[in-house]
Amino acid sequence: MTQPTRSNPSRGGFHRRDFLRGSGAAAAATALATGQGLAADETGAAVVGPGMSKITLNVNGADHAVLVEPRMTLLEVLRYQLNLTGAKPISGDGTSGGSTVFVAGKPVSASTTLALTCVGKPIQTVESLGGAKLDPVPAAFVHNDGMQCGFCTPGFVMAVRAFLNKHPQATEDEIRAGLNGNICRCGTYANVIMAAIEVVKGGARG
Amino acid sequence: MAEYSWPKQGTTTLIGKEVDRVDGVEKATGAAKYSYDIVLPKMLFARVLACPHAHCKIKSIDAAAAKSVPGVVSVQLLAKPKEEIKWQGYLLACVAAETEGAAAEGLDAIAVEYEVLPHFVTEQFLEAAEAADRTGKAGATVELENDAPEDEDEDAFVEAEVKRQLEAADVVVEGYYGIHSITHCCLETHGSTCEWQGDKLTSHLSTQNVSGTAGQIAGPLKLPASDVTVHCDFIGGGFGSKFAADEWGVICAQIAKETGRPVKLMLDRETDQRIAGNRPSGFVRVKLGADKQGVVKVWDSVQWGTSGIGGGGVDEKVVPYVLTPPNRRSRAVRVSTNTGPSRAWRAPNHPQACALSQTAYDDLAAKLGIDSYDVFLRNLDSASNKKADVYRAEMEIAAKLMDWKAKWHPHGKGEAKGSIVEGLGMAIHTWGGAGHASNCLLKIHPDGAVGIQLGSQDLGTGTRTAIGIVVAETLGLPLSDVKVEIGSSKYPQSGPSGGSTTIAGVSESSRRASQDALRQIAAKVAEKLGVGAEQAEKMVAKEGRVFVADKPDAGMTWKQACALLGMQPLEVQGKYNPGREKSPLSSSGVAGVQMAHVAVDKATGVVRMKKFVAVQDIGLIINRQCAASQVYGAAIMGIAFSLFEERIMDPATGAFINADLGHYHLPRLGDIGEIVVEFYEPASEYERGVIGLGEPPVISPGAAISNAVANAIGVRVPVLPITPIRVLEALGGNGAVPAKWTSGASS
Repeated sequence: MTQPTRSNPSRGGFHRRDFLRGSGAAAAATALATGQGLAADETGAAVVGPGMSKITLNVNGADHAVLVEPRMTLLEVLRYQLNLTGAKPISGDGTSGGSTVFVAGKPVSASTTLALTCVGKPIQTVESLGGAKLDPVPAAFVHNDGMQCGFCTPGFVMAVRAFLNKHPQATEDEIRAGLNGNICRCGTYANVIMAAIEVVKGGARG
Repeated sequence: MAEYSWPKQGTTTLIGKEVDRVDGVEKATGAAKYSYDIVLPKMLFARVLACPHAHCKIKSIDAAAAKSVPGVVSVQLLAKPKEEIKWQGYLLACVAAETEGAAAEGLDAIAVEYEVLPHFVTEQFLEAAEAADRTGKAGATVELENDAPEDEDEDAFVEAEVKRQLEAADVVVEGYYGIHSITHCCLETHGSTCEWQGDKLTSHLSTQNVSGTAGQIAGPLKLPASDVTVHCDFIGGGFGSKFAADEWGVICAQIAKETGRPVKLMLDRETDQRIAGNRPSGFVRVKLGADKQGVVKVWDSVQWGTSGIGGGGVDEKVVPYVLTPPNRRSRAVRVSTNTGPSRAWRAPNHPQACALSQTAYDDLAAKLGIDSYDVFLRNLDSASNKKADVYRAEMEIAAKLMDWKAKWHPHGKGEAKGSIVEGLGMAIHTWGGAGHASNCLLKIHPDGAVGIQLGSQDLGTGTRTAIGIVVAETLGLPLSDVKVEIGSSKYPQSGPSGGSTTIAGVSESSRRASQDALRQIAAKVAEKLGVGAEQAEKMVAKEGRVFVADKPDAGMTWKQACALLGMQPLEVQGKYNPGREKSPLSSSGVAGVQMAHVAVDKATGVVRMKKFVAVQDIGLIINRQCAASQVYGAAIMGIAFSLFEERIMDPATGAFINADLGHYHLPRLGDIGEIVVEFYEPASEYERGVIGLGEPPVISPGAAISNAVANAIGVRVPVLPITPIRVLEALGGNGAVPAKWTSGASS
């Protein structure tokens, strides 16, 4: 018997679209600084793509001009255009939490967020918690050894940061119940719990 | 021959203490660069096309359309027409493009016609495998107290003797147990980022074998191995699956050469799950015979399992596991399946062997109505590693931490809170953990700066930190004054990180180099001070000073001492080759005990971890914090394969249907309960030197948790992972399970 020629449908990657519509894209289109890749369809709605468009993303407090296709994820743009590789490609579908960043203050998976939809919204990555003034969350991760191979760690640090921003007085039970969006394979959960408890005790809001 | 030794116990500043990772901040803030994170100018993104069928022939494969997809730069066909493919995920083609999206689109444009062939992917039922003609003979291990008479046929005697022993036993337990295949799930998929400088290649390869992979890439590329550098500062998980450069590591280098541009080729998650390694499954039928006290006299088992097309499975030599009765026969059958090939998975063979045999010991306790603890205790004299005393001491410690005696109840006789019942289980393990061969180069500069290089890697163990601790302790310096460089094949060769060999190996080479260097510096200090050779030999380095041991004033600062080197830095090579003689710095052989406390909801079949206790002997501890992390991590991985994770093969399509991280269930932070880690360390442990720790604690969770579930509900859930559906099936369904679910496809 002969099978159809389409191969594995679950390979990930976004399929090409002739154009992308919808509130996010329309807002992005309106926000585009240049006319490149920007047109109007018959209904007058803004249309972006299918090729590259120049947009501005505000990342960790600074504006960056980047070139994006409509199908590009925020993760790809952060990693390969801005060299911010803290957010990791792990599951490709948001399952692992490994690509957690903040967009407009809310934690999202950068791997399932289209870059175009982030125009005009401040983006914060794990790199912003490092540098000269180390945020209490990564500091507690180091102090409690909440890492082994470390590949899930940046996403986990962001998840804990977001959770404690919202629940600065979290109890251990609340920590165990509220941080289930991230996968670690090495088995650092026990130490991550200790790290989160330490941050709560330190009263550190970051 | 210089003498090497560890500092006297209780005199160390860093060794054995809780030390934060030297690269912890880098990892926690995203600064650490993994192979996946290497971003190079004009870099291309490559993706692979994987075969969707478990067994097929390629009729035709046409990539013409892929080449015209905007952004696609290179298309490589890896499979040929007429080629027979024997497992899903086999690589057919590779596309490199300007963006990830363009690469994915390029793959979609490749037209492949398949002739689909019959497959066999489910090995759980031996009769089905035999009927499909997919079984082959594997090993058989026999140990008997009585020898066959001179003129009797050996096989016939063994058969009769095993039968006789079983008939003579006070009690016989017959059991069926199993553990499904699982994958490695390295969170960083397998792959590399490759760049050429002229005819020289740098492969930023995600590998647990930095020193051993350059040659694997050079060979197929017909390059001298010296022209290939493998670089890996950080690796996002390996667990035994990243020893090789792999086909895709070579393809990446080839495309980079062909296009003249750097290429990143990391497997997509689904393909990684399908072809980048799994742990062989194991199923067993057991008959054991014991006396009324629960001391096992005879064991007879037939086991089967798969490691892919080549058959294989679990080594029957480690079944029964640790507890090895005086009369035993364990036979193995290989089952060949159309599934991706197995790779070493943390403690190869042991986790399965433990789950296949220490469950039977617990069923013996249930049958006799004896406390499982006592059955394990009474069989310790049969421990294969002769460490009954260690187990006994550890069991006492574990029982206290678990409050075993107070919590214990006979199997199935616990007090129910509504539909929830609780139970306790235990299991024990063994492992070697001898240090691997390791070389290092230690450089001490005239300004006092210290650097050390090894071709090693940090699998998550905290390798950099351990090396730094050893050097800093030996030279009397703060940890931050030692610059540790690992992760490049340009550095002196050190072993692959497998078999729990790394910390002992790198500690050996770095301690040897540091002690040798200190002797040379001490000689110069002694000469400068004008003290005799005898005093020179008594020189120590502590708190930034080098001085005569019992005369702190007879010395100078580290910087002053290093200034005596003159113009050139002091270079010392540290070398460790195991096997030549017993080293005073490291040894091997551990014995650990684990206990699990679970709660089971009989209405839903859900098992929750309440508490897990791991007691582990370890020898001399370098970094107490990272050592404890290894045990916590192993316990959590154990909880994962006991309750959650399973490679699910679809008998109808031959597909690995949960080859992702959404449906391939791993535990989350809220699933682990309380975990208690305790090291067993009488003074004699320190004297044993450094012993590897990565593997041992991952071995016994399967049996311990399965035994705890059996103790809670009063029946055995025979196959791991113990998912809700399997619990309900074991309980008889309670009417909650549709009949079609109980047809073996699920259990």
